[in-house]
Amino acid sequence: MHPAPSVIVFTALSGLGFGLLAFLGLGIPDVSGMTAFVFFLIAYALAVGGLLASTFHLGNPQRALKAFSQWRTSWLSREGVFAVLALCVTGLYAAALIFFEARLPIVGMIGAVLSMISVFCTSMIYGQLKTVPRWNQPMTPALFVLYTLAGGALLAGQVKLAALFMLILAGAQLLHWMIGDNRLAIAGGTIGEATGLGHLGKVRLLESPHSGENYLLKEMAHEVGRKHAQKLRIITLLFACLLPAVLLLLTAPGHTTAAIAVVLHLIGLFASRWLFFAEAEHVVALYYDKHRA
Amino acid sequence: MTTLPQTTQKKLGLAIDLDICVGCHACVINCKEWNTSNYGAPLSDQDAYGANPVGTFLNRIHTFEVKAENKPAQTVHFPKSCLHCEDAPCVTVCPTGASYKRVEDGIVLVNESDCIGCGLCAWACPYGARELDAKEGVMKKCTLCVDRIYNENLPEEDREPACVRTCPANARHFGDFADPDSNVSVMSRERGAVPLFEDQGTKPVNRYLPPRPKADIQTDGDINILAPFLDTTPSPQKGLLGWLDKALEAI
Repeated sequence: MHPAPSVIVFTALSGLGFGLLAFLGLGIPDVSGMTAFVFFLIAYALAVGGLLASTFHLGNPQRALKAFSQWRTSWLSREGVFAVLALCVTGLYAAALIFFEARLPIVGMIGAVLSMISVFCTSMIYGQLKTVPRWNQPMTPALFVLYTLAGGALLAGQVKLAALFMLILAGAQLLHWMIGDNRLAIAGGTIGEATGLGHLGKVRLLESPHSGENYLLKEMAHEVGRKHAQKLRIITLLFACLLPAVLLLLTAPGHTTAAIAVVLHLIGLFASRWLFFAEAEHVVALYYDKHRA
Repeated sequence: MTTLPQTTQKKLGLAIDLDICVGCHACVINCKEWNTSNYGAPLSDQDAYGANPVGTFLNRIHTFEVKAENKPAQTVHFPKSCLHCEDAPCVTVCPTGASYKRVEDGIVLVNESDCIGCGLCAWACPYGARELDAKEGVMKKCTLCVDRIYNENLPEEDREPACVRTCPANARHFGDFADPDSNVSVMSRERGAVPLFEDQGTKPVNRYLPPRPKADIQTDGDINILAPFLDTTPSPQKGLLGWLDKALEAI
């Protein structure tokens, strides 16, 4: 799949933002007044900034409001609905905390749950797609939720908890790759299977439908950069999980170490999301004789 | 409404004969012509006369080579357009309700004035049947020429999809798959057509009639089937021609 920057930025930043909102909603850290304002500002900047970035890849963003209507069947619609609900409920909680120094624990908890549901819906936009076998596995939502928990804990200043989530995340990330690497084959991803001609013999594309590019190839048959996949996987594991976890566990907590850990984690997170898209094989590319094993 | 209907009264679709299709692309061109000048946004091209032309098409023909061991390779032309699936994943993923499947005839359509151009439906389609138009930013797909098949302003013989109407080889057929006695149902049954890419679970309506098995020619790698007709040893002639033959040889 084409790793569009808007979608990578959207999933990465909004995931972090909702993670921080979830922790703030649970009263972690226990802040109020101006400190709470700064924390919520960061959370909203990330969550809303990410959501806005996602509208950049739309063909007709002026109709975006219609996207809240089909929550019965569409994970994308559900994501929109839960994101707005989460922002509203945590907004109420934040306003009470910042301006009235009043803690509304029930409201905060509901906001935290809605934030996590929103991230789960984001993950299911990808996880539901049978056409992209690498995404169509249970570890996809697990991965998104764990990134949110690890990043959220880190931004909320929960050093030990963040390190713990990062170590679990490392395992989840590895598992997602290991399962993902076999998914195309399990889903019957061969040109013979896709064309239904496999029973007649070995199938190959003799002539493409057109000499140039098309929307399908640009969007779904991305193969550039796969050769660096192994290196990027190592970068992801080191930067998103292991290095910040070690830093958080072995050094004295402070703003400097936290800032370094956040930067490291962000680099790893973006590498992970880039790979998430760039490595994903769409079955339509089989008709173009791509994804040959 | 992106909830799929439980059943549809009709299941309109295409039966495409892979044994007959010659890969002339006439259906591609007629599809583009009709659908760029009728219902919905035109099918735009970018850089049409430049170095890297790209454009929106609702129907594209792939040409495959199929090679069984110890047999000559076989060419299969493979037209591909929307299969109007019963379990259409493109419809359920749509966040705005722009994509829908019609209860009356099963045609999958896009309401372009509701489409935000997010592209998720194209991701959900295993067949590559949907393309986002780069100019209009809305999703385009085969409408089964819904503006032809019910169009009483057209002569009756033209009330079928443009691709079917134009096919010079008669490889494309339009009909109702819900009716077991329809032309398309009968030919699909007789030819043993199976749903395309069944693993994807989309329950497509359209059917591809598989290529008929080729005559089993023993070649031993040396294809020489015309040899009997090219025998240069003349059979002995009689009469005038025989005498002429001998006389000429004697000179």
